[in-house]
Amino acid sequence: MTPEQHTAKAPLDTDAVIDQITRFVAEETRTAPDADQDLFTTGLANSMFAMQLVVFLEQTYAVTVAGPDLQLSNFRTVKSMAALVGRLQAQAAGTDV
Amino acid sequence: MDEPLIAIVGAGVMGTGISTLVVGQGLPVVLVDIDQGVLDRAATAVRHGLRHGQLIGALPPGTAPGRLRTTLRLQDVADADVVIEAVTEAPDRKADVLAAVSALVSPGTPVISNTSGIPIDEMAAWVKDPGSLIGTHFMNPAYLIPMVEVIRGPRTTDPTVQRVLSTLTRIGRRPVVVRDAPGFVTSRLLHPMINDAARVVSEGTATAEDVDTLMQGCLGHPTGPLRTADLIGIDNLVDALEELHARTGDERCRPSELLLEKVRRGELGRKSGRGFYSYSEAQS
Repeated sequence: MTPEQHTAKAPLDTDAVIDQITRFVAEETRTAPDADQDLFTTGLANSMFAMQLVVFLEQTYAVTVAGPDLQLSNFRTVKSMAALVGRLQAQAAGTDV
Repeated sequence: MDEPLIAIVGAGVMGTGISTLVVGQGLPVVLVDIDQGVLDRAATAVRHGLRHGQLIGALPPGTAPGRLRTTLRLQDVADADVVIEAVTEAPDRKADVLAAVSALVSPGTPVISNTSGIPIDEMAAWVKDPGSLIGTHFMNPAYLIPMVEVIRGPRTTDPTVQRVLSTLTRIGRRPVVVRDAPGFVTSRLLHPMINDAARVVSEGTATAEDVDTLMQGCLGHPTGPLRTADLIGIDNLVDALEELHARTGDERCRPSELLLEKVRRGELGRKSGRGFYSYSEAQS
């Protein structure tokens, strides 16, 4: 599956998103995180990497993270990022969350 | 100076980061460069930086960003309440810009050189009013790091110091004032350390990652010296080391071969996508 196939009309299942985000974090930090692991308190991520995560999600899933969504708590764990992607895709598709 | 206008000359990494900081704190900025392409990239980088600052919680909540105006005309600094020079760390470049700026601003306007380590009193020879000249050393990214080293030259006046400290406080920074010397405090300590870290890597003692990991885990450095090198920009680091070496004679400040080689290869750090580490396109 390539990023281009992820359209707002067909939101990915959460497990696949978790896998992809996990792979990105593993490539960038050379450590595979658990889905529940706080990337910041465990030292895998820092303030510079945080913005890379934002740009990665936006480019991969064709979403825009803005306003109150643009806060670190949404990026602390792989799971919280997957949840954010799911919510933004659902919003873009005009469905109830 | 209810809403001071801050002019910034030089739209490289530091000029862009300081612009982001100031507009993020709700104040207007005039950003000057000699290259329209550089200014266009800077405007994009400021928007990106404002998002980054919001993400990290480094911007005051509920504050509308100030206006960023980019310009090719140095004359546009004339109305500024404070001018920050942030051009390349090369004395002749700084001399030209500081001389021109000091001739344009109204008397008493603080002229700040953002330098990594060129002594302020050397630069005072180039400006119309040495009393108005002062140094700051913002860290990168300026919009995320709340502390700023301020360098008072021997001829800098009290009103200049007071105006600059109040401006820095207004933009949410914590200034620490030090006396004038090559490299001041932070570069005098950090730059030779990074240079040594590069030597440790080139001698094969450890990888860049292991050097950084040890400095983080054992010595409490937030990112490690080589990630810091990538963040500073290795070209700027080499320039600053050469200026330090010329003024202190300290051999630890002579740029190591590995740093010079990286500059020759264009591996300048985050800004070029590769330095001691590789950065994906999704870098900040």
